[in-house]
Amino acid sequence: MDFLNAIILLLNYIFVPALTYGSQLALGAIFVTLIYGILRFANFATGDMMAFGTMVTILITWYFQSIGISLGVLPTALLAIPFAIIFMIGYMLFIDKFVFRYYRVNKSPPVQLAMVSIGVMFVTQAVVRIIIGPADQRFFDGERFIIKAREFKEMTGLNEGLAIKSSQVLTIFITLILVSILFWFLNKTKTGKSMRAYSDNEDLALLSGIDPKRVVMITWIIAGILATIGGALYGLDKSFKPFTYFNNMLPIFAAAIVGGIGNPFGAFLGGYVIAFSEIFITYAYKKFFMYILPESMEPETLVQLLSTDYKFAVSFSILVIVLLYRPNGIFKGKVL
Amino acid sequence: MRKNLNIILAYAIMMGLIILVGIFQSWNVALSIFNMCLISAVMTMGANVQWGYAGLINFGLMGYAALGGLAAVLISVDPVPEAWSAGGFDILMCLWLIIAIVFLIRFILKNFEKSKIRTYGIAGIIIAGIVIIRITSESGIEAIEAVNPATTGFLGGLGLPIVFSWIVGAFFAAGLAFIVGKVALGLRADYLAIATLLISEIVIAIIKHEDWLARGVKNVIGLDRPVPYEVNLQTTEWFINLVARFNSGKLELISNIADKQAALNQLVIEGSSVFVKLCYSGLFLIVVVALLIVTQKALYSPWGRMMRAIRDNEEAANAMGKNVVKQHLLIFILGSAIVGIAGAMLVTQDGLFTPGSYRPMRYTFLIWVMVIVGGSGNNFGAILGGFAVWFLWIEAAPISLFLINLFTVGLPETHELKVHLTESVPYFRYLMMGMGLLLIMRYRPKGILPEKIEIK
Repeated sequence: MDFLNAIILLLNYIFVPALTYGSQLALGAIFVTLIYGILRFANFATGDMMAFGTMVTILITWYFQSIGISLGVLPTALLAIPFAIIFMIGYMLFIDKFVFRYYRVNKSPPVQLAMVSIGVMFVTQAVVRIIIGPADQRFFDGERFIIKAREFKEMTGLNEGLAIKSSQVLTIFITLILVSILFWFLNKTKTGKSMRAYSDNEDLALLSGIDPKRVVMITWIIAGILATIGGALYGLDKSFKPFTYFNNMLPIFAAAIVGGIGNPFGAFLGGYVIAFSEIFITYAYKKFFMYILPESMEPETLVQLLSTDYKFAVSFSILVIVLLYRPNGIFKGKVL
Repeated sequence: MRKNLNIILAYAIMMGLIILVGIFQSWNVALSIFNMCLISAVMTMGANVQWGYAGLINFGLMGYAALGGLAAVLISVDPVPEAWSAGGFDILMCLWLIIAIVFLIRFILKNFEKSKIRTYGIAGIIIAGIVIIRITSESGIEAIEAVNPATTGFLGGLGLPIVFSWIVGAFFAAGLAFIVGKVALGLRADYLAIATLLISEIVIAIIKHEDWLARGVKNVIGLDRPVPYEVNLQTTEWFINLVARFNSGKLELISNIADKQAALNQLVIEGSSVFVKLCYSGLFLIVVVALLIVTQKALYSPWGRMMRAIRDNEEAANAMGKNVVKQHLLIFILGSAIVGIAGAMLVTQDGLFTPGSYRPMRYTFLIWVMVIVGGSGNNFGAILGGFAVWFLWIEAAPISLFLINLFTVGLPETHELKVHLTESVPYFRYLMMGMGLLLIMRYRPKGILPEKIEIK
């Protein structure tokens, strides 16, 4: 029984939150990696683009709520996401046309494009804050929990409860579907293959008759989809605050690089690597050991490797270590 | 003279703008903008040394600035004897342990062949070291933080004049830069940017959460100043006489003695804060001018030529026998040290150290906007960028308020759109920064004052 309690404890406090957080990071990391692989620059506007997509979702959700449309037990935001995606794709293509295209055509060095993306970051951040303000926004409606901790305890008779929020299940579920579609698209369709070819060797791809404009356009479209869904899922699970989204850019970068930048599958796994290590290392295992160890050996301290203050620092340290020993990431990067 | 015309013109416009602020808003505001401009200028010079001279991207500026600020605390605050006796020994032991671990790793790196076993061994030593340090330090840290937590709760500093911290801050930043440079300088440009940014975040996380060091997010306030305090000035004889003489014309117009005294008091209060800011300006100007002279000399020296050669073509410079790795490390340390000075200056001016305020937006990306807008590779350009961007950063709110009122002049005061826009005025500064950066990158990619290489 104690052993089961210990397992449930870990599930509740480590596994489910880490899987959710990892999914959110994974979507952002694939976004970063796609831009890096095909457009060849580090996009510092990632977090703010995600914030922008989420903001549009929230605005449309509010509109739906005001005219009385809802999805019952599911959050209304799910209905708003497709419309937000359309808007977001327009925004991405707009930015590309008026900002990034000039440097791409002139074959500017990647550093310059990264600087330009900082300009885009400032502007996007300003637009988001001017429209919706810097405050916390919660837009989750519908049923909050799938299993409540108390119900779980009553059902199983265990001491430890397992609480699963519907936003967590939705996040994991949607991420898996979206990522499977994306990998199917990249590996099986002709367009996807042309994108991979373009990422691998631009000149060869041009020689084989691949239209770079089309590849770039599709990249931005996918980026728009990923940014909106990734941002909206994060906002549904936690809450929407522009500053948090900007800060999330750092673990997202860490995930993308750990997985091997330019490699979507690596980025996908990188998200989970970062999320799990952050939570594993900063969790206090005292209660866990109380369950599995005999009473005489129970620990007196919290048995915490690092305090939760260092949550971000953990992922950054992992990144630094990976950069030192495997600069190409855990999975070889730079090939889509 | 003629070829420097654009530099003189640009600086004249900048000073004119600040003087206009002085006339229309107040001299207090103008001087505080000027002082922050000077600090920003030092930071941009540091970034410019790295980016303009050597083409190294350092997005970790905020970490070096924070270390400079930490130096200001550790130098100027009086030591806390109770805390030292409570846990000082444990902390010192940990320091020795860290040094021992570093030397052990160095020894292993030098004496063993590169292999998987060596790598895992080093990793094992580091992990074991962290665990041992945590165990030995825990009681000491708790004891230190328990000493009068509302006001101290940390070890305190050395109790020296705060100006020394400008040099110590430079050394702190240089030390961090040495480690970061050893670790990350081999990386490609954009990786380097991300790596430096993330390492800085780690450094700031440590400063934020190690309360025994500098009170962490509880902040250290009331640091000693290198200049007189307003309150003391207001009661000093010579200062009151000085203010009276400066404003004698204005004071003579008032005939009533009581009114005259009241007016003089008011003037003394205003004058004291202007005087204090002027003192700071003087101190900061000395630093800026000294750094400018040194960096200009360096830029046109053989060493500066070598740096440019390395920046423009690493392989060729390497083939000419220049040690690219060593020079990169050197310039990374030098630039970071300058940023460390700026961080210490900033804390000196504010009189408080708030680790929570070191955010990438303000202390990394804004500084980079300054460098790019001003003109990378040109010290005058970098300083001008610091001035222009900081000026815009502060004055963005009034400017955008004016623009909003201009464009919504037809709408009634209570119109929803107008109210909303007026409320979000503070965020228009981000918009202005972003647009400014994008426009400069597009139409004047070398900045307002571009780099020019003079061959003498």
